[in-house]
Amino acid sequence: MIRRTLLASGVAAAALMAAGLPALAQDEPTKVGFVYVGPVGDGGWTFEHNQARLAVEEEFGDAVETVFVESVPEGPDAVRVLTDMALQGADLIFTTSFGYMDQTIEVASKFPDVKFEHATGFKTAPNVAAYNARFYEGRAVQGHIAGHVTESNIIGYIGSFPIPEVIQGINSAYLAAKAVNPDVEFKIVWAYTWFDPAKEAESANVLIEQGADVILQHTDSTAPQAAAQAAGNVYTFGQASDMAEYAPMPRVSSIIDNWAPYYIERTRAVIDGTWETQSVWQGIADGMVGIGEITDAVPAEVKVTAEAIRDGIVAGTMHPFTGPINKQDGSVWLAEGETADDETLLGMNFYVEGIEGDIPQ
Amino acid sequence: MIRLEKRPQPSRGWSYAAPVLAVLLTMLLGGALFAALGQNPVVVIRTIFLDPLFSEFAWFYRPQLLIKGAPLVLIAVGLSFGFRAGIWNIGAEGQYIIGALVGAAVGLALYPLESRWVFVAMVVAGAFGGWAWAMIPGLLRVKFGTNEILVSLMLVYVAESLLAAMALGPLKNPEGMGFPGSRNLSQYPGAANLDLIAGTGLHWGVVAALIAVICAYVALARHIFGFQVRLAGQAPRAARFAGVRPARLVLVCMGLSGALAGLAGLFEVAGPAGQVTIDFNVGYGFTAIIVAFLGRLHPIGILAAGGLMALTYIGGGIAQSNLGLPAAAISLLQGMLLFCLLAVDMLTHYRVRLTMRKVA
Repeated sequence: MIRRTLLASGVAAAALMAAGLPALAQDEPTKVGFVYVGPVGDGGWTFEHNQARLAVEEEFGDAVETVFVESVPEGPDAVRVLTDMALQGADLIFTTSFGYMDQTIEVASKFPDVKFEHATGFKTAPNVAAYNARFYEGRAVQGHIAGHVTESNIIGYIGSFPIPEVIQGINSAYLAAKAVNPDVEFKIVWAYTWFDPAKEAESANVLIEQGADVILQHTDSTAPQAAAQAAGNVYTFGQASDMAEYAPMPRVSSIIDNWAPYYIERTRAVIDGTWETQSVWQGIADGMVGIGEITDAVPAEVKVTAEAIRDGIVAGTMHPFTGPINKQDGSVWLAEGETADDETLLGMNFYVEGIEGDIPQ
Repeated sequence: MIRLEKRPQPSRGWSYAAPVLAVLLTMLLGGALFAALGQNPVVVIRTIFLDPLFSEFAWFYRPQLLIKGAPLVLIAVGLSFGFRAGIWNIGAEGQYIIGALVGAAVGLALYPLESRWVFVAMVVAGAFGGWAWAMIPGLLRVKFGTNEILVSLMLVYVAESLLAAMALGPLKNPEGMGFPGSRNLSQYPGAANLDLIAGTGLHWGVVAALIAVICAYVALARHIFGFQVRLAGQAPRAARFAGVRPARLVLVCMGLSGALAGLAGLFEVAGPAGQVTIDFNVGYGFTAIIVAFLGRLHPIGILAAGGLMALTYIGGGIAQSNLGLPAAAISLLQGMLLFCLLAVDMLTHYRVRLTMRKVA
């Protein structure tokens, strides 16, 4: 019972244990853990992460065992859940929300032999990798469609939190809409949640009352789709997952997060022992961001040009942030022909010229 | 035929037995629920209620119980005074947020001053923040006769918006690359509310919760304030004759519960949470209402109820990751607990009589 006494001696033992576990577990399946910010049935963000988890299970069969915990608040609870997973012998853990960043780094420092993958953050460590998707690429396609189909010239945007990832999307969509419709105007509502059907529906209704006939959202539920359907003649786009149940109207296209290839690749790296920390940011070309089918509610010629934008991004001939672009205050951001560098995008905290209102700070 | 007969006086025995029975009933009903989900009910119930205390990794879970239970107990003790006197502060969640905000603001303003007095100042500020936020519904009720249930609840949403604004604005970490959230207070030695003994989970919030329980016990049993609170709840008219001033009682009860909720927020933000973030609050203020009633509004009962509630959270997490149970099933179990308590509580006030049906 030496192991028991070791355990009793506390946190130092935790690290020892964790170090010993993978070695002991040679013949056992590789254990992959997932921590979700919402319920797996949210129909959006967490749903897609869970689909990718199922894809991992299917790919590796008995060689891999997956576990997950859903609706984990982004705070001390995440530390507990992560520590628990590591203690229970997880070899690789995906933490799938920005707000888990510090907690992932903290727990990872106590379990040097467990690999962690944090979604949408910017901190890494020898055993913590970061991964993110270039959602703004999909926003350009949405903005293009929105600029064409709007009749009121008012496009509503449900923002989640004013962080760079969301600001990128707003700017990207605005630029694409403005390019095809100079009169277009964006109304932005901040919901301060990733998933809250009631709040999202309320936000959508406020925007519709203000005259918006297209609604873009950076929140994960289908509540805005339902609100748009009730209002009639309002266009929406699926967010994170296809939300095809609302096609062809109000959902006319979507941004689909496809995490499966990445999760399978990284799980294989752990099994093969080739896992190394990295920070990746993949877009439509890599398959991490997908554009859901553009329905017939969109005029055929707009569908063609929208798909051309998508294909241009994939081919690398088109970048959603190509100069000349001014910042909201009129100062020059990108000169003619210049494209945005990743560093600026990852810290984006300004609107481009033409968007009204202030980013909450 | 079963008939309910009102007891002339609430049964003492049942008022103690009811929570225990409610817990057992919850285990039974919960077990049935888990069985319906295709799980072995015995294993699930054991995982939730026993594994956090006795499993292989209990050395890790036990401190977590303290971390999770302390804010619940601290807030619930504060609420219990008002609830006894018929003063319904439903907005402890808001007072918790404001306490954390005001306390953290003091700590962040003094950064990087290295002195333990920083933490002391934060504690005072945290209690003050919660107290002040609770004074709004308190004063409105006293001066204008508004309903404190509604006002205190609505102020939760105001506090949440304020929290978001602070995390994005004035309290944002200047070295955070533009991302929302304050500096990490638990990494600032002057302000950190760390474990008093490393690895035990025993932080100042736990100490404060225990002190609150003892003080509340003494106040209720031995002090005139406790007597007034009990009297105001049981016989408002008699209380007036006994010299209880209702307005003052409202302000004291609201202020007390607000200050304790604010303290809970401060200890959380300086310790386990570390940062002011947009969604810093996770519902302790609302769960504490359940804890208060589960604990019969009695300090010792609240201590036990807080522990039990923490157990379902920690055990629920284990059940999720180990047994693949959905999060909603855990929430259901917690809801069942309150439901069963209310149902069983009937036995405290009513007697069950079996009678023969009479032919008319």
